[in-house]
Amino acid sequence: MNAAVRLPEASATHITVRGLNKEFGGAPLYEDFSLDLPRGRIISVFGPNGCGKSTLINMISGLVPMDRGEVRFDGKTLRDSKLGYVFQNYRDALFPWKRAIDNIRYPLELAGRRPAEIETRVAALVASFEIGFDLHRYPYELSGGQQQLVSIMRALAPEPEVLFLDEPFSALDYEMTLFMREKLQEIFAATGLTMVLVSHDLEEAVYLSDEILLLTRRPTRLAERVAFAAPRPRTAATLATDEFVRVKAHCLEVFQNEVRRKAAP
Amino acid sequence: MRMGTDAASGGPARGIARGLAAFSPALGAVGFIAVWWLFCETRLVDPILLPTPAEAFRALWDGFLDGSLLGDFMKTVERTLSAFGIAVLLAVPLGVALGSSQRVYRVIEFVIDFFRSTPTSALFPLFLVIFGVGDFTKIAVAAFGATLAIVFNTAYGVMNARKTRQAAARLMGASPLRVMWDVTLLESLPQTFVGMRAGVSFALVIVVVGEMFIGSTDGLGQRVLNAQMVFDMPTMYATIFAAGVLGYGLNLLFILVERRFVHWGGK
Repeated sequence: MNAAVRLPEASATHITVRGLNKEFGGAPLYEDFSLDLPRGRIISVFGPNGCGKSTLINMISGLVPMDRGEVRFDGKTLRDSKLGYVFQNYRDALFPWKRAIDNIRYPLELAGRRPAEIETRVAALVASFEIGFDLHRYPYELSGGQQQLVSIMRALAPEPEVLFLDEPFSALDYEMTLFMREKLQEIFAATGLTMVLVSHDLEEAVYLSDEILLLTRRPTRLAERVAFAAPRPRTAATLATDEFVRVKAHCLEVFQNEVRRKAAP
Repeated sequence: MRMGTDAASGGPARGIARGLAAFSPALGAVGFIAVWWLFCETRLVDPILLPTPAEAFRALWDGFLDGSLLGDFMKTVERTLSAFGIAVLLAVPLGVALGSSQRVYRVIEFVIDFFRSTPTSALFPLFLVIFGVGDFTKIAVAAFGATLAIVFNTAYGVMNARKTRQAAARLMGASPLRVMWDVTLLESLPQTFVGMRAGVSFALVIVVVGEMFIGSTDGLGQRVLNAQMVFDMPTMYATIFAAGVLGYGLNLLFILVERRFVHWGGK
């Protein structure tokens, strides 16, 4: 995969969220929450425990119903949009009765593509991922990282407009996490896909994103949107740059203020 | 090859111990027959009540050779599988329907639980009234019992299907019907198989009891009872053994089928 920097020229708004309301356990989680997310960027969502990071992307992607509010992708409704979603728990997300390759084919079959078309698409995907393991195995025969790779390929197969990732690497060991971050960067470089990533790891959130959304405690608002404009591809050297250290320290400060705010009543 | 290296590294005693471990199930069977034989030799039990293992096995052998035991055996197999087949056809769709609607499930749960707790054999008279003394009554009662065992397990399987997989399919654009067909049904399959294994064992029990008491002229149940009444003990033991082989065989068959079709179970 060619990892050259290829960000879209204009990062016009891609996802708009308006007047989102959601109650959780009788208490408001989101109240009149609005948000614009740019096209062709990686956006991370970071915030205190229980602030509803995952709930936010689940509502935007339609997995969890919202009480009130409106989400548009390029002005289109959810029904008219094609989304990809990568779950935290790959073990529960892949279909164990299908071989890895058939898991990847499944969304294409659902979309009613012709068999020849499906084969072409899957072959292209496999080639671009440089898969080093046998995709004709069943998911439970693969390692955690391999399973999550299959999940990502399945999400990308129908060429979605937006890719949502809910703590995608949190169940993987550190070595695999580093590898997967690079893979995700490569995919981004090759496709320029809009990605929304929930992360509980601040280093990862900053390292991967163009913008970090810092959320408050509930009822959840946007504490701050922090941009991180380091050039891509980012490497281990990026982690040592002044800009990275400054942005991460700033995010941590905002985060800690949020955590403390509630602790002192 | 492996035994050789084991023996070399762990001494001959360990090699022998491992060799014995591989044969331990057979060891139990041999031990059982030895104790049986000992009882006969020492006249601890009246030889009229307990023939020697050799006599019993000869009766088994002759019964299969002259076709009389084989005929009864096949008749019981046929009834058990018919009952099981009817049960699957009724129970799986019903279980899926129950499992996918919490409201319907709550309405029906008590009734099914009640009948499941009722000894099915107590229903024989009722089924005799409904279906008469024909062959179908035995099959119907067995099917009834097996259905209850399968319904519950299928419903649990559907209810406990992983929400993440259903959500994943929905997000990829699957209609509710496709989510049901492509995900929920397969998710419930391991639990459905648990129910089917219990169901087929149950059907066999009921069929054999039915063959004893509902005016039967064939089947293993009838053969056991007849042998007992004419005091043909070797035939009685042989028939009991044949019924055991059938039950064990059915269970084994289901485990093999399960491993083949639900290879992901428990993973």
